[in-house]
Formats: sequence, C-alpha cells, structure tokens
Amino acid sequence: MSDSILRARGLTRRYGRRAGLSDCTLSVPPGRVVGLVGPNGAGKTTLLHLAVGLLAPTSGTVEVFGERPGYRPEHLARVGFVAHDAPLYPRLSVAGHLRMGALLNPGWDAPFAAERVRRLGLDPGQRAGRLSAGQRAQLALTLAVAKRPELLILDEPAASLDPIARRDFLDDTARVVAERGTSVVFSSHLVGDLERICDYLIILVASRVRAAGPVAELLAGLPVPVPLEDLVLAYLREDQPEVAA
Amino acid sequence: MIAFAVLQHRTRILLAAAGLAALAIVAVAAGAHLRGNDQLRELLSLLVLAVPAILGAFWGAPLLAGEFETGTFRLAWTQSVTRTRWTVAQVGVLGLAGTALVGLLSLLVTWWAGPLDRAGADRFLTFSSRDLVPVGYAAFAFALGVAVGVLIRRVLPAMATAFAAFVAARVAVAQWVRPNLLAPVRLSLPLDPSSTGYGGGPFAASTLQPEPPRLPNAWIISMRVVDAAGHPLTRSVLSDTCPGLGTRASDEPRSGLAHQQAPQSAVDRMHDCVTRIGTTYHEAVAYQPAQRYWALQWYETAIFVGAGAALVAFCLWWVRRRGRQRSIRCGTAPSS
Repeated sequence: MSDSILRARGLTRRYGRRAGLSDCTLSVPPGRVVGLVGPNGAGKTTLLHLAVGLLAPTSGTVEVFGERPGYRPEHLARVGFVAHDAPLYPRLSVAGHLRMGALLNPGWDAPFAAERVRRLGLDPGQRAGRLSAGQRAQLALTLAVAKRPELLILDEPAASLDPIARRDFLDDTARVVAERGTSVVFSSHLVGDLERICDYLIILVASRVRAAGPVAELLAGLPVPVPLEDLVLAYLREDQPEVAA
Repeated sequence: MIAFAVLQHRTRILLAAAGLAALAIVAVAAGAHLRGNDQLRELLSLLVLAVPAILGAFWGAPLLAGEFETGTFRLAWTQSVTRTRWTVAQVGVLGLAGTALVGLLSLLVTWWAGPLDRAGADRFLTFSSRDLVPVGYAAFAFALGVAVGVLIRRVLPAMATAFAAFVAARVAVAQWVRPNLLAPVRLSLPLDPSSTGYGGGPFAASTLQPEPPRLPNAWIISMRVVDAAGHPLTRSVLSDTCPGLGTRASDEPRSGLAHQQAPQSAVDRMHDCVTRIGTTYHEAVAYQPAQRYWALQWYETAIFVGAGAALVAFCLWWVRRRGRQRSIRCGTAPSS
C-alpha cells in the first residue's frame, strides 16, 4: 500500500537462539513522528536496523516505501539514518564528513549542512574523533538530514546529550520535520522525549510489539484520561491488555 | 564513491608514495657506489618480500574490520550508495594504490640490483623479490587482509591473522606450486669422479654429492644419483660398493687442522668409489631453464592475482548477503 511508509509483516529476527524481534506486524502512515519506545533490549535497534537494511529478517518481511530496504541507491537516498552511538570516522574532519555527504548523496543540501554546522559552532577543521558526544550526535543528524530523506530513522538520537542539548536537539528535529515534511521514526526509552514531538507510538516489550498507533487513539481508547507517560509505563509493566491499532 | 574513497585514504597513499619516492631518490643518487653493496641488495630484497605482507596487514585487514569495530559501516551503508559499490570503491582505490606502489618498489629494486643480480647469474634466487611477482603478492595480500577483516571484524586479530595467512600461502606456493608450474627439464649426466663428493645435510643421510651442472640462471630443483631404471642409490649399495666410505682409514693421520687438505689416499679411494658407482648409476637433474624465468613470473603472478580476485568476490558476496544475516556487533554495545 502506498499510504504506509514502513510496513512489517511477521517480521522476526533472531540472533542465534535469542530473539531480537518476534513476529512484528506494523504499518506506519507517512507524515508522522513515530516514537519507538521500550526498555533496553526490547528490540528497538533491531527493528530500526531491519528498516534501513543493515540487517536482513530471519523471517517475515519489512518494506519501506513499498520495497525491501537497503538494496537500491535511489531507495537508500530516501531514508536517512543515525545509529544510536552516532558513528563517524574519527580521523575525518567535520568538513570531510560534509564532503562525504555531498559525494555519496545526490540530493545533498550543502547550504543547509554548512549553515547547520556553523550554527552548532562546530569547527570544520576539527576531526570527528575530537568532538564531544553531543557534537557527534548533532553532526550525524546533520548528515542524515542534509541528504534530504523522506524518512528519517534515528536510534536513540538524544541519548548522549545533556538535558539542555537534548531539548534543543528535539526541537531542532521537530523544526526540520515541520519544514521539510519528513517522516521520522525514532527510538527512545525516555517517555518525556516522545511526549515532546511524537504523534505516533510503537511500544516494544521483550521483542514483541505491545501497542502501535497514533498517540491520540491510544489515549482515546482509555476509560479515564491519563498522561502519555502513565500509559506507556502501564504497557511496559505489562499490566495493560494489548491494544490493536 | 571513488572520490570519497580517495578522500578517505589519500593521506596514507601519499605517505607511502613519498616513502617510495625518497627511496628512489636515494637509490638513484647513491646508486653509483652503493650498487656493488651485496648486503644492501639483500636488505632491499627483504623489503620487497616484506612489503606485501605489511600491505595486507596494515591496509587490507583494517579496511572493513575497522568499519565493523567502530560501527561506522552503519554510517557508510546508509548513504545513497549501495554497500556493494561502496566496497568495490574502497577495495579498488586502496588495493590498486597499494599494489601499484609495490610494483614500483619492485621495479626500483630490480633496476638497482641489476648489476649484482647479473653477476650472480642466479635469477631464481631472487625470483620472489624482483620483476612482476611482487605485484601479484601485493594484490593477494591486500585482498586476503580485507577478507580476513570481514570474517574476524576486529582490527588487531585480523591484522595478525592476515599476516600469518599470507606468509603461509607464499611459502606453500614457493615450496610446492612454483617448481611444478611447468614440468621441469630432466638431464642425465655421468658421475664425475673428480668433482663428486660425499656428505649430507642436517635432515638428509650422507650419500654421494655430485657437483651441480653449470647452468647459469637456471633453477635446479633436484639432483639425485639414480640407476638406469631410475631407482635412487641406496645406502646398502653404496656401502657394498665402497666399503669404509665416510669412515677414517687407519693410515690417515689424525690432525686437528680443520681445513686440512684431504690426504691423497682418501681422494684416490673416493675417485675409485665414484668410478665404480658410475658404471651403473648416473646423476639425474631436474631444473627450470633460465629462459622459463618470465613464464614462471607470469604464471605465479596470475595465480596470486586470481586468488586475490576470488577473495574480493567473496568479500562482496559477504557484504551483500551474509553481512545482513550476521548480528551487528560493534565496538560499543548496542542498546537494542
């Protein structure tokens, strides 16, 4: 279906005998900011790696924009990804990374990247290995956004940031999303992050999807109004019946 | 993608090229009076032998192992370039640069050592460190390093393994493949009583030792004393025909002088012995003639380049298929 950007059917990924993700069936509509929430080890990174084609499913299928992710350059160009530790080449400078982005992505937005690096106060000559964790996360996000993807996948993007940088980062992401109409899927185990910018939620517990749907619907299905945080915590504690989205 | 691979690796390629250029300048400038220096020749031969192994361990092995160890493959493979093209460009740029530099080094050393090599008239002695084969070694060592890096995915163990595997492959080919690439030419010579000696090596029993035939620049693979049917001279035949050979006769003076000329009586007995053996036995020599030098250079180069190409193909298959099936382990533990 063309109206879903990310679709998984029976998606399962095993690491030897350990389950990374079990029988995950999902359909994410476009134009959303999707929060992927769950405790450590729940399978968030596995799901995101499957969605960008870094991993292949053990069984089941995952489709992004209606095709198997990670095989065609045109398809790779439509998806931006930042891994949880914001990997960068430690010996390549900030400017070198922007050059890499320009050389490897046909849709590269050089003015945006240059402006963002300048605004973040990063020294273009600085090697990425010398940047702070927060600066690295910001540079990695810049690379992912400047390729002008239609879908941005972020794995714990704010994990290494201090509270102020964290808030700035999330607001910044929200602004980029609003300006460009990009869909976003990002994982976090901090409900506060999700509350701030998400309008769609996927809750993963112990390698299984416990709930998925628009935040408004998830909250509307309850007999009494509760804050989003309480709803998520209830799911995580597994004392809530499964909600079909 | 090629442009990015060049950007990423240009520093070390330029450093290596600068090192080679410096060596070339020294070689040309000091050539005149250093070209007769045999120790320097051996040192340079050793350098040509060592550089491919170093290339495999220091450029090949970390190329993809480093991406896995630091997790940067997740950055590289989510740009708008397929991982196959990315790998081809990485391996192509650094591998071709390394191989070309080794080729130039070999050219330089071959030229520099030319006068001493020609005077030595033993081309096969320096077979592995001259002319074309170092290019094949370099291509293979690099590809082997990359493949080992893909399998081990950690830089230091991959470097050590790549180094050891390359040395093993080189020794195996030099020992068992190279002598048999072309059927050796066989030569039968009568035993020469005046030049045949008696002795053995640390791993071989003592027997008659004929003088090697004079074949300039040829590679003598084996030299044996055999009868008409091709059976080698046995110890019992030797001791039956020449009783007392190798033992000190009672009339020989016991002397402490190490380099004393053998007494005439011993020389005569040896001469008689070889003459008697020579009625039924002859010297069988297997060798590669000098004019096969280039054919063997080409064959061995082709073998290593072919093996290198197969290893690169394996890496591409791994990156495209197997790499997605393996779990993603990184230097930092993923938080799932």
